[in-house]
Amino acid sequence: MIETRDLSKQFNDFWAVDGVTISVQPGQILTLLGQNGAGKTTTVRMLTALLKPTRGWARVAGYDVMSQGDRVRASVGVLTEQHGLYMRMTGIEYLDFFGRIYRLSAKARESRSDYLLNYFGLSQAASRRIGEYSKGMRQKLALARALMHEPPVLLLDEPTSAMDPESARLVRDEIARLRSSQRTIVICTHNLAEAEILADKIAIIYRGRILMVGTLNELKQKVLGTAEYEAKFSSAWRGNGFNLPNGVTLIERRDMSLRFSVENPSEANPLLLHSLTDSRAPLVAFQEVPRSLEQVYLKVMADAQAPSAEAVHAG
Amino acid sequence: MLADLQMVWLVAQRELRDQFRDWRILTPLIVLTLSFPFLMNQVAHEAVGFFSRYGTTLIADRLVPFSVLIIGFFPITISLVVALESFVGEKERGTIEPLLSAPMQNWHLYFGKLLIGILTPLVASYASIAFYLAMVSHQRLQMPSVYTLTLLFMLTTAHAVLMVSAAIVISVQSTSVRAANLLASFIIIPVALMMQGESVLMFWGTDKVLWLAIVAVVIMAGLLVRLGLSHFEREYLLGREFDSLNLRWMGRTFWGSFRGESKSLFGWYRFEVRKAMRQLIVPMLIVAGIAVVGYWLSYHWVTVNIPKMLSDATPSDYADIIQDARQSVGLVQANQHISALAIFANNIRVTFLIFLGGIVSFSVLGVMTYLINIGLIGTVLGIFKLIGVSPTLLFLAGLLPHGIFEIPALMFASAIVLRIGAVLVTPQIGKSMGQVILELAADWVKVFFGVVIPLLAIAALVEAYITPSILFAVLPK
Repeated sequence: MIETRDLSKQFNDFWAVDGVTISVQPGQILTLLGQNGAGKTTTVRMLTALLKPTRGWARVAGYDVMSQGDRVRASVGVLTEQHGLYMRMTGIEYLDFFGRIYRLSAKARESRSDYLLNYFGLSQAASRRIGEYSKGMRQKLALARALMHEPPVLLLDEPTSAMDPESARLVRDEIARLRSSQRTIVICTHNLAEAEILADKIAIIYRGRILMVGTLNELKQKVLGTAEYEAKFSSAWRGNGFNLPNGVTLIERRDMSLRFSVENPSEANPLLLHSLTDSRAPLVAFQEVPRSLEQVYLKVMADAQAPSAEAVHAG
Repeated sequence: MLADLQMVWLVAQRELRDQFRDWRILTPLIVLTLSFPFLMNQVAHEAVGFFSRYGTTLIADRLVPFSVLIIGFFPITISLVVALESFVGEKERGTIEPLLSAPMQNWHLYFGKLLIGILTPLVASYASIAFYLAMVSHQRLQMPSVYTLTLLFMLTTAHAVLMVSAAIVISVQSTSVRAANLLASFIIIPVALMMQGESVLMFWGTDKVLWLAIVAVVIMAGLLVRLGLSHFEREYLLGREFDSLNLRWMGRTFWGSFRGESKSLFGWYRFEVRKAMRQLIVPMLIVAGIAVVGYWLSYHWVTVNIPKMLSDATPSDYADIIQDARQSVGLVQANQHISALAIFANNIRVTFLIFLGGIVSFSVLGVMTYLINIGLIGTVLGIFKLIGVSPTLLFLAGLLPHGIFEIPALMFASAIVLRIGAVLVTPQIGKSMGQVILELAADWVKVFFGVVIPLLAIAALVEAYITPSILFAVLPK
């Protein structure tokens, strides 16, 4: 579990992170989204007890980052922004080295190395120097290092960058598997599609401050308004005798389709469908109008960068 | 403890493996190890032949030990490259962050890297020396004694520790190998000067004098290790302030510390200077102790050793000694006058020397300069005692009037330098090295300009216009 309150970090007179409050439960993935220099890496470094917070506190896996740094680090698997591999070591030597740092027994080191190298398809290259690896292979090896000691908390910075689609899928599957084994996971990424697939919660960070945090649906509702649904018909339908349930508004009428704004889809959608079928609508499809995380992110960033918001931020 | 040592060795082992797979480190190491003994042997051979032709053996006797010192030193210069590569190289390539994210103590990492930074070049250095000695043994050159060789091996080891620990200090403050290489001149130049000094000791001193060099290098290396360790914090290693010159922040930090909350000169003295002076209580006690010991040692040495010298002296030597002693306390001829400005400038020069010596040696050279000045007082009083003038009378009439101001000024100037050295080698939690240095600089400026300069100005006036009159009135003509 990760919990922070007012977590802040100042470098000289610059606040890199300012009042970050988040909570990530075991079995949850939080994705931190933000521009370069927004404070994602500094936040992760504070959660790894690499940097001491200037203000506020954080507990990671039950340990205080200020006073129990070593325990925090032993409980965390970190994939850093730069993969940080030793180019003159072989893959197997590298994993063994970190296994020893994390005080794993020789047997555990061997079995974990074998499993991870095999899982990420690196077994064939295990005895080659890392300098000879491709970018994707290096990224996979760095991820294997982060998983070597089976940490309860994972902090992953761009886990699928530089990977081919197949490998990226493999890594996403592994992250999803780790979530199901009750790991607490924080991912920093610019890959919005990936965040959309993986994240249970999304936090958008800008100039060291969390602008918004919540589930994907919560963010969509907050930023883009209520969800929109579209009913498509096999032939032109005028909608005679059709009653709208409470919380549903008709926002667009066409010959072959109707579009609705729905405040509470889980309650209103069954009633809406019931009403449509009762009115003998030639319904062939009913679906949510797609609204991506990208739209949410761009809207939030545009609002944050608007002159009035800048003035508020500066104030 | 065993687990800790295993962790240190684990770091060292990885570094070692890395070094042996890096031809950029191995090649110069092998070349220097093998080529220099040949070169030096050839030079020694030629030099011995040259001096023998003129019947001289003095230099030749010392040539082999000198060559051992030089041969041992060259492979050690690689330690600088190894250490910079090991620390800054890791930072630059981003490989240090996964290590720092692991559950190891800062000192595991520090000593692991220090060990291997020293070990490989040192092994090369020993091999080089052994290679040279093997060549020497097959010629008609005089082999150094085991005692001398032991001293030389110790000195070589101390050099390696000194250079690597200095390189680590530099590495902590740099984010790129390029920047670290530029800063490395701060190691190379002093070490080159030190080597010259040691060479002088080798040729004109005795083996015993080499102990002084060993002790001095070990002290410096120890302080550098302490400094490196105290700033070898994850926070500093990942900090973002390095390599960028933020003049605005520097100015604000310095000014904030210098001016504090004060609104006027009176307020500045009342709060800021007072605060800085309060921090000098312990350093003042130490420099007072040093003064007592320094004074007593010099006075005792003079009164025990000088009588023999005086008995052997010619009338001309005797006059010179007296004249030197008189000038040391500013006692010139009755018709001569030293201006207050000259005295003031001289004392400023001394206190500034204490500062300069102190900042390049964690206060050691600064305190030594202070000790020499205090020792001078003991020497002069001792000499006057030998020529029949009461040292108490001389102290009261010739030193006390201006010494009341001058000696405390000297002590404050030394105490602040001592504090600077102590703070630098002590961990300052939550502060970057830049911030610590700027705050210390502000404290020094407060003490120097707020206390030392005014005291020295008063002392100079008293020494120029009052002390001579008192002295000439009470001293025998």
